[in-house]
Amino acid sequence: MANSAELPVAELRDVTRLYKMGANEVRALDRFSFTFAPGEYWSIMGSSGSGKSTLLNILGCIDRPTRGEYLVEGEMTSTLDDDQISELRSRQIGFVFQSYNLIPQLNVLENILVPLIYQDDPPPDGEDRARRLAQRVGLGDRLDHRPTELSGGQQQRVAIARALVNDPTFLLADEATGNLDSKTAGEILDLFDELHAEGKTILLVTHEPTVGRRAQKTLRLKDGRIDEVRENRGGA
Amino acid sequence: MSVQRGLGRTIRLGVQSLLLHKLRAILTMLGVLFGVASVIAMLAIGEGASEEAQEQIRQLGSQNVILRSVKPPEDLRGGSETTRVLSYGLTTADFERVRDSLPAVERAVPVRQLQQEVRLEERYLNPRVLATLPEYVDVTGRVVCEGRFLSTTDERTVANVCVLGYEVARFLSPFESSLGKRIKIGPDYFECVGVMLPRVPLSSDAPAPGLDVTGEVFVPLTTGRRWFGEVQVKIRSGSRDMEEVQLHEVYARVDHADNVQLVAEACKEMLGRQHKQKDYEVVVPLELLLRAEETKRIFNIVLGSIAGISLLVGGIGIMNVMLATVTERTREIGIRRALGAKRRHIVTQFLVETVVLSVGGGLLGIALGLLIPIGVEHWAEMRTIVTPGAPILAFAISAGVGVIFGLYPAWRAANMDPVDALRHE
Repeated sequence: MANSAELPVAELRDVTRLYKMGANEVRALDRFSFTFAPGEYWSIMGSSGSGKSTLLNILGCIDRPTRGEYLVEGEMTSTLDDDQISELRSRQIGFVFQSYNLIPQLNVLENILVPLIYQDDPPPDGEDRARRLAQRVGLGDRLDHRPTELSGGQQQRVAIARALVNDPTFLLADEATGNLDSKTAGEILDLFDELHAEGKTILLVTHEPTVGRRAQKTLRLKDGRIDEVRENRGGA
Repeated sequence: MSVQRGLGRTIRLGVQSLLLHKLRAILTMLGVLFGVASVIAMLAIGEGASEEAQEQIRQLGSQNVILRSVKPPEDLRGGSETTRVLSYGLTTADFERVRDSLPAVERAVPVRQLQQEVRLEERYLNPRVLATLPEYVDVTGRVVCEGRFLSTTDERTVANVCVLGYEVARFLSPFESSLGKRIKIGPDYFECVGVMLPRVPLSSDAPAPGLDVTGEVFVPLTTGRRWFGEVQVKIRSGSRDMEEVQLHEVYARVDHADNVQLVAEACKEMLGRQHKQKDYEVVVPLELLLRAEETKRIFNIVLGSIAGISLLVGGIGIMNVMLATVTERTREIGIRRALGAKRRHIVTQFLVETVVLSVGGGLLGIALGLLIPIGVEHWAEMRTIVTPGAPILAFAISAGVGVIFGLYPAWRAANMDPVDALRHE
């Protein structure tokens, strides 16, 4: 899938992220450079404090580097104002969270549609797309259910449909299987495999080695730097 | 198109979010509800009261100056004889001076008030019997509804005719016209030649017999003087008071409203010269009208402040709840931001919720505010006037309260850091 002529989906150039904790400065990311190519399936691993959460936030454009540059499909994010970076999130990033994060007062269909309603110029066929995606994740007959009426696995499927509705540049999953039992988690990971096979770029942040090994490649962080980059056998 | 759909969706979503906490939403609305209801009710009652007062004053005539006889204070009369004639008040000479010596006075009319029983067959009552001149209707603006008023011929021939006030006519002859009926006033019979329109439209039912009907009966001045003289006997708790009053009232019509004050001053000066004691008063309806308007203005300011305070309290209540809601929904805000919501989307979402709360409270308040005057009119028998502007004003205020007190919570929500908001439990 990867094509050298294509722009990298996400590129970090010399990114440093500092946090002030009282008098101390914590260096969550330290001159971090990395490039994610289109169609790749990465797991991002590391122990807590390794900087993987910070990396996830920067990749998801909800946090900004203190220094350095982050590019999404070649577009520099440091020059974007809050509205522009919000628009970028709604168009190019598909978030999947550990605790599903569906909006309780909305039904399944409405939840899937959320990223589209925030776009400046929403696609006219958004609702059809949302229905197809609900079908795709196996919840086509639950469109008018509220999140509280669904199991954890079903909620996470809705969240994945929501992450796909804007046809994002990449899917960003944060411990997407962390709250699920191993059988359901396996089903979600199978879904990721399918999506990868369809050409989707997936960045999966996790601390579980078994989950991390399911990805094509693994990026391991330690103390805000790259610790290890590894190709997993059995990856697609 | 998409903007409109977007707003519709936002409002629907806002209502849905509020419905998650129905009791809380209702309690929050109560503040605005009572604020708005009190605005409307107080405005209606205030408007009604002042309208009534102004109507009464206007009936006296804003271009009139009224001179009245006033009984001097008790201690100045001296003695405690059981029978004596007390002489006081305006005289015919006063009336002529006012009529003839002031060029700004167009017309002047004297009125004598007599205490007499008025009877038609077995029905009788004690209205005010007023002896006056034909010009009375011109000066006071009263209107005849049946027959005619007193004429100069009546006056010249000292005719035994009378004109009944509407209420008196309805009481004496409820089922047929009083015209041509022979009405007994005091010792003698008078032919009824006319019936006056009531001053303010009354309820259509005839007053029940035995009720204390205050009404008026008009007779020619000359006739009044001939039959009832200058001295009137009042029987009060065993003792007899005899009073000699030539004229009870003099209405002077001034050519222009600007001259009313001047004429009033001139009358005061003239009477002051002629009367040793203060047995008269000078009433200027225009002055009363201005004073009533000033009172109304102050009344409105007071009512406005009270209503303003209750709306302020209501608004603070809404803001308090919305701040709590924002904190409670921090995570939702984080999710929405991460999924691409711009700051203005979050502001709109919470602002719409606040406005839905306040406008909902406002609408219920308007409903209650319109019911209160109806109740007041029914139970307290007070006149109320709901001006069409009041509900519109109240609605605008409630929407304004929502926007003003919703801005800060909405701003707080929109400026949360998405990372922190997502981490919020």
